[in-house]
Amino acid sequence: MTGEASPLAVDVAVLGAGPAGTGAAIAAAAAGRSVLLIDEAPAAGGQIYRKLPDALALARHDAGDTDPDRRAGDTLRRELDESRVRTAFGWRVWSVIRSERGFRLDAIGPGGAHAVEATVLLIATGAIERVVPFPGWTTPGVFGLAAATPMLKSQRISPGKRVVVAGAGPLLAAVAAGVVKAGAEVAAVVDVNGPANWLAAAPALGLRPRLAAQGAGWVLRLLRARVPFHFRATAVRALGDRRLEAVEVAPVDGGARSRPHTAAMTIDCDALCIGHGLAPATELPRLLRAECVFDRARGGWRPDVDGFGRTSVAGLYVAGDGAGILGGQAALIAGRTVGAAIAADLRGTVPVVRASWTGWQARRFGAAMTALTATRSAVAAAMPAETIVCRCEDVTRGEIDAGYDAGARELNQLKHFTRCGMGPCQGRSCGEAAAELLALRLVADGVVPDVDAGRRRAGQWTGRTPLRPVPLSALVGEFSYDDIPVPEPAPL
Amino acid sequence: MSASPTRSFDALIVGGGLHGCMVALTLARAGMKTALLERGALCREASGVNAGTLTMQMTRVALIPYALKGHEMWVSARDWLGDVGTVVCDGLSLAFTASEAEMLALRAARRREAGAPIEIVSSARAQAVEPGLSDHPILAAHCPIDGYTSAYLTGRAFLVALRDAGVAVFEDTPVAGVEPEGTGYAARAMCSDGSPLTLHGTRLALCGGVWLEEMAGWLGVRLPIRTLVNQLAVTERCPSVMRTVLGVASGLLSLKQFANGTVVIGGGWQGIGDRTRGGVALRPERLIGNVRLACHAVPALAGTRLLRAWAGLEAETADAMPAVGPLPGHPDAWVCGSVHSGYTSGIYIAQLLAERMLERVPTMSLFPIDRLLASATDRHFASAPALGTSRPVRG
Repeated sequence: MTGEASPLAVDVAVLGAGPAGTGAAIAAAAAGRSVLLIDEAPAAGGQIYRKLPDALALARHDAGDTDPDRRAGDTLRRELDESRVRTAFGWRVWSVIRSERGFRLDAIGPGGAHAVEATVLLIATGAIERVVPFPGWTTPGVFGLAAATPMLKSQRISPGKRVVVAGAGPLLAAVAAGVVKAGAEVAAVVDVNGPANWLAAAPALGLRPRLAAQGAGWVLRLLRARVPFHFRATAVRALGDRRLEAVEVAPVDGGARSRPHTAAMTIDCDALCIGHGLAPATELPRLLRAECVFDRARGGWRPDVDGFGRTSVAGLYVAGDGAGILGGQAALIAGRTVGAAIAADLRGTVPVVRASWTGWQARRFGAAMTALTATRSAVAAAMPAETIVCRCEDVTRGEIDAGYDAGARELNQLKHFTRCGMGPCQGRSCGEAAAELLALRLVADGVVPDVDAGRRRAGQWTGRTPLRPVPLSALVGEFSYDDIPVPEPAPL
Repeated sequence: MSASPTRSFDALIVGGGLHGCMVALTLARAGMKTALLERGALCREASGVNAGTLTMQMTRVALIPYALKGHEMWVSARDWLGDVGTVVCDGLSLAFTASEAEMLALRAARRREAGAPIEIVSSARAQAVEPGLSDHPILAAHCPIDGYTSAYLTGRAFLVALRDAGVAVFEDTPVAGVEPEGTGYAARAMCSDGSPLTLHGTRLALCGGVWLEEMAGWLGVRLPIRTLVNQLAVTERCPSVMRTVLGVASGLLSLKQFANGTVVIGGGWQGIGDRTRGGVALRPERLIGNVRLACHAVPALAGTRLLRAWAGLEAETADAMPAVGPLPGHPDAWVCGSVHSGYTSGIYIAQLLAERMLERVPTMSLFPIDRLLASATDRHFASAPALGTSRPVRG
């Protein structure tokens, strides 16, 4: 057997069942369109509204669970269940190409290979976490903030007994509070931002009182546990050979530059959760050659979309954090708008612009939070030469600089020169840092006026198939030699 | 409007792939003042994204003597170019069916006559050479001097070597046109900062790969070039599953495992694209077909993961033989490209062209393009069997 059933044909394929994708799918289906909502996960919700494993959910229900994210997720999942949206959970989409109808998607899922033909494709694949490398960050015991979140949220398991939480943005407080709630100790919260940065964000916090209260709750919990806060500081080194033993923390100035003549302090710990914000996941826009813009305030490179999520490619839409980081609430609102707009575009009518106070508040709030996590170039600049940047291929900052010295001026050329980004993470964990380092060199050499111009010059990785690594066994399925359409021989 | 003075060179090379880089390097080392213009970065198209296979068994019979020389050059690359990760190993070409076995025997014999040390071996012998091989092959052809490089290192190696040799390398500098001027040629280009650049060269070499047709057109020569869109894929690092370079009788598979554990799967399965847009997309069903063929040959591959796939553009003339020689009607202007499966032999063929430009007598003959020019070959070209994207597919 060949495993190639005829593709499932739908009006709208939605890739990613977080708040943006789910909201959009429901809206497009409500307008009468056939919609397929696809996600790798077993249920809708994405990272922020992740569904609990059933056994845990029952236990949590009995205990009177009050996590607002989870309740929002449950509400959304109920709404999805009641809609006419068809779902494809547990699917890993590995190929998307333009087709006569619009788009062809190939996926590996339960039961083997699946193919979808869709008139419209909505990308709602969210964000990837950014961790600016520092010496020792690949030591076991170092976790990303976003990576630690589901562990804390859905299983209430702390990544360590004594945890340092470091980096930037609201996830710091969320993760630290989660660690305390899980019964472990937070040795320190280390925040690149100072109180002044948080004060600047305060007016926006007031726009989302419920989320602000959630944040205040986290902080209170930390204060009650007497967790030390280090503002304007950064983790400069993770210590420990086989296992994390301590973290070196050093003060930085308002521009996140290290301050000379100030000593680093060493904090013993067995886990470090660190993150420097989120970046839009642009794999698909890149693969389909949608135009992207570099927008540091929204997390970095993002597809250039209009108010209805339309990209430069006909029929291709992006909604949610994938279009620029604004957070879960803004994503849900944007998803509903884009879903309705897709239905209108398919009908050939003009989408309705609805001025929404809630939408505006959510975007303002999200923008303020994202601003707290915007990449500080100085953090990347401070990286010592021996720091591993690409952990898949063991490429150091020194090797990236050597690649630049050998003539690499752009990310894909750097990839050829150094193998940076060629490993299993497909450049997701090293791309941001490598590009920032190239940009810094371009500025230093006077090729570009500023780091953002450097990032534009350094570009993005070229989008590639497969979108995620796929097992060859799943790709080939059961086959016999006759199932292989071997082309005509090459000339002799 | 251009205030910048025209810079003059003994030779202008347009196109910074393997051919252009090799011509430029050879000329510069012989003492010519040489400029190389490339619209992007060096060797980032076919020359940097091909499978890196060094093989006699996918080389056209007439190119075997060149490929043998090219193979030697890649093996000694560290001495004259830089590190491109060359490895020499056994190569096997496989036949899974009786008709493929017949084709394999015929092709091996012809290549052997041309000088490639290829021998037909039994499937048992093939399995001894390649323990990773499945039970499926019924016959194999063995060549002890195949091998591979890491093609993505080609650009870095050449960039350093060219600069050391004193070549003026202009990357990110697309050439808009070339015209005869005085005793030589003027190339009008645009620098990466948007400023215009005009270079003058006594000699001119057009080394544009699939873009050679447009380049020849600048001087009014119609040289039709087809574009193949070859799909390639690479796995994650995995434990050793094979130790040879593997192909199949038809030439539609190339397979090898690099020292770092990654396996590159290719063979010229056609994706979607053209020379204007580049390799736009991979055809998933052909990627699956290509990977199935690989797993049919080496079953242990099924246990690894596919990490990345891409498409590289390959140039092909009407007779699928190289276009390397003088540009008719234009003294001291040359073209160099369209070498079939050209990574192995192209490096040597480009060096031959440079020797000719240096007015030395090349040690092997070039491939003059008069036979290919549109006026002479229009009808032939239109009716030639399609080797490219429209290559018929056996169902």
